[in-house]
Amino acid sequence: MEGLTVLAERKQLVGPGDVLAEGPYFAGENTYREGSKIFASRVGMADVIGNKLIVMPVKGAYIPRMDDIVLGRVFDIGMSGWQVDIYAPYPAMLPASETPMHRGRDSVRHDLRSIYGVGDLMIAQVIAFDRTRDPLLTTKGRGLGKVTSGRVARINNTKIPRVIGKKGSMITMLKKETGTDIIPGQNGVILVTGRNPDQELIAVEAIYMIEREAHTTGLTDRVKAMILERMKGITVGQ
Amino acid sequence: MDGRRLDELRPIKLEVGILDKADGSAYIEHGRNKILAAVFGPREAHPKHIALADRAVVKCRYHMAPFSTDERKSPAPSRRELELSKVIRESLEPSIMSEYFPRSTIDIIIEVLQADAGTRCAGITAASLALADAGIPLRELVAACAAGKIDGKVVLDLSDIEDKKGDADLPVAYMPKSNAIGLLQMDGSMTEEELKQALDMAINACKTIYDMQRDALRRKYHIERDESETEEVTEVKA
Repeated sequence: MEGLTVLAERKQLVGPGDVLAEGPYFAGENTYREGSKIFASRVGMADVIGNKLIVMPVKGAYIPRMDDIVLGRVFDIGMSGWQVDIYAPYPAMLPASETPMHRGRDSVRHDLRSIYGVGDLMIAQVIAFDRTRDPLLTTKGRGLGKVTSGRVARINNTKIPRVIGKKGSMITMLKKETGTDIIPGQNGVILVTGRNPDQELIAVEAIYMIEREAHTTGLTDRVKAMILERMKGITVGQ
Repeated sequence: MDGRRLDELRPIKLEVGILDKADGSAYIEHGRNKILAAVFGPREAHPKHIALADRAVVKCRYHMAPFSTDERKSPAPSRRELELSKVIRESLEPSIMSEYFPRSTIDIIIEVLQADAGTRCAGITAASLALADAGIPLRELVAACAAGKIDGKVVLDLSDIEDKKGDADLPVAYMPKSNAIGLLQMDGSMTEEELKQALDMAINACKTIYDMQRDALRRKYHIERDESETEEVTEVKA
């Protein structure tokens, strides 16, 4: 695993302190440089992009980034906005001015509650975050706003790219085969809405299956087979 | 003595990721010690004033279960446990890249289920693994082990009886890659020569434990690793 002076194998499992490379490489995400060597700082798969080394983590906290779509829950209402739990180390702030319904209203406490109440789930977008201040959200935009129906699956945010798949292959398949709409939040919260609860349940089950087997081959096909099997069940039942 | 050589470790068993509710966890059996370590975070700092603007606060709680010793131990945190919490935290802190998560906290909880001397060392070993399992960026893993003196002879890794009959005990926490000592305490008395010998012995043992830690991490993510390698092969074919 270690000891290769030039380069660790691609897609190899590495842990904190493992040597990835020595020489003129850049230390990318989840790696660090010390002297001429580059080390991993988290458990994950090593990879090389050009001359940059990165580690794709297998687990970890969600760190907000600008433009991320996230699903969050309101936990407090203030004078000028909402505090939203986006399952990150930092609470997010949704200012009243960032809601489409805000126009022409004055922000009295009562008024805000009529838009989002405590416990409401929403789809929002991160508009600013730089670690020195708490993330700012917006619900202005297509597809953003309060969640009124559907089912929620929560997985580790590092597995979200797998749920989406290469060029969206996995998520397109999920939507097509289960007949549901799926909105993956970058924070690991996924909203599934379908015509009937059975479809939603199957989609949620498939998402958890993807999380469990995120690193296996031919996962799309196996998930598809599982869904088809389950879908048969519900059509018979109907 | 239990038939070990002077420089032989007690049998060690490590397991990673065994608690569902914690962000990261590890379990260690070091001789007859049985210790659980759990890590939560990085998460929001509570109360807010303890948060630091430039890095995460690391909090540690070392606790012995009432049933961990021969005589029932009061579950209230004792003076000894408070001290150990502090030294354990200080031995792990240099390995944690806490500057990635300003204004948040990382909680480390170490629960001794069964004690047989050397719990602080085993606790550090397990806690470091739990940190890695939580996906927190680390410079490297921290391994810890004690050496001591019985009947004028320097020995490694004392058990409870050995510790009580012995003349000295020297717990050491060590980071092999950076060759740094994170913890060094001593009970009893040793000559300078003996101290050097004991320290060398403990550091060598830490290196052995470090390899075990890496093995444990690899075992946990083993299946994922194997299958991702096959994935690479299929990609080439396609």
